[in-house]
Amino acid sequence: MLGPVLAISASPLLAYRQPVYILASFAGGIAMALLVIQPLLPNNDMPGLTRRFGRMIHRGTGAVLVAMLAVHIGGLWITSPPDVVDALLLRSPTPFSIWGVLAMWGVIVTAALAAWRRKLKPKTWQRGHVGLAALIAVGTVFHVILIDGTMGNVGKAVLSGAVVLATGLAVWRVWRPRRA
Amino acid sequence: MSGVNSTRRTLIATAGAIAATGVSGLIAPLAAQTIAATPTMRGGSNNYRPGAPIVERIGGGGFWMTGSVRRAGDGAPLTGQRIQVWAHTTEGHERDPHSHGATLTDENGLFRLEMPQIVPAFGQAHGHLAYDDPEFETVFLRPLLPDPGDTTLNVEFVLQPA
Repeated sequence: MLGPVLAISASPLLAYRQPVYILASFAGGIAMALLVIQPLLPNNDMPGLTRRFGRMIHRGTGAVLVAMLAVHIGGLWITSPPDVVDALLLRSPTPFSIWGVLAMWGVIVTAALAAWRRKLKPKTWQRGHVGLAALIAVGTVFHVILIDGTMGNVGKAVLSGAVVLATGLAVWRVWRPRRA
Repeated sequence: MSGVNSTRRTLIATAGAIAATGVSGLIAPLAAQTIAATPTMRGGSNNYRPGAPIVERIGGGGFWMTGSVRRAGDGAPLTGQRIQVWAHTTEGHERDPHSHGATLTDENGLFRLEMPQIVPAFGQAHGHLAYDDPEFETVFLRPLLPDPGDTTLNVEFVLQPA
């Protein structure tokens, strides 16, 4: 959690950015850091947490993730409205923004699905939720790797690796082939 | 699982192809026998402020935006054409009025405008240039710096008579 925040804090690019743009950068970095712990929380992978408590935190973290996404996009919107409009309408010249928008929709659909989860069969819910988590992870990693941003290449590689490992573990648990 | 991988690879390849097309689009008109007009780039007009003043240089300088302006068809250099430039630099954001300036082409159709160092913003270090006068059709460009540390960028305009 602290890693991306420190990496972004050290970026020379911050000197040339307005506070609202800096806030958007931090929100993005924090949201990505949450993607590392988020898949570990409900599966008893975090030391010292019971499964019940882990799931409780998982829900809270999910809400924080949605809030960070809103701050990230809202901050970018205030900084440069036409660039964000282009990205959201998928007509941006920058490929990384398409991955970012993919991840954004992943988060929005996940939140909506979570609100209606009682209407879903447990298996449908679980597969959908984890499938969306994979989409969010993939979208976020490409979004970040393709950007010349504030996190720096080493920070991006380490965080991306952690997101892929943590999400991959959760996906494997739910989607692995089982004997009949 | 292999299905997922191939989809991902296809998407990356597509993204790469789009990026490559964007770059070669600048060079391709040179090879054509009659010189084709430069098309406006996606996102080129973002944060445009019409009527940027003609300036000696933008801010403290340190970065050189250079280029040429020619006529579509015969490729004749165009003198006295106004090119407007803006970017996210060490001295300001794209939307700040002081990040905008304009210059005129010389008798060889070339322009040079000194401006503050361009820094990466919205994912990539890039500049914005516009030709927006009545004589030729409007063109908005959004070229990328090949390397974020570059201290100069050369941009070619080929204009279609309006």
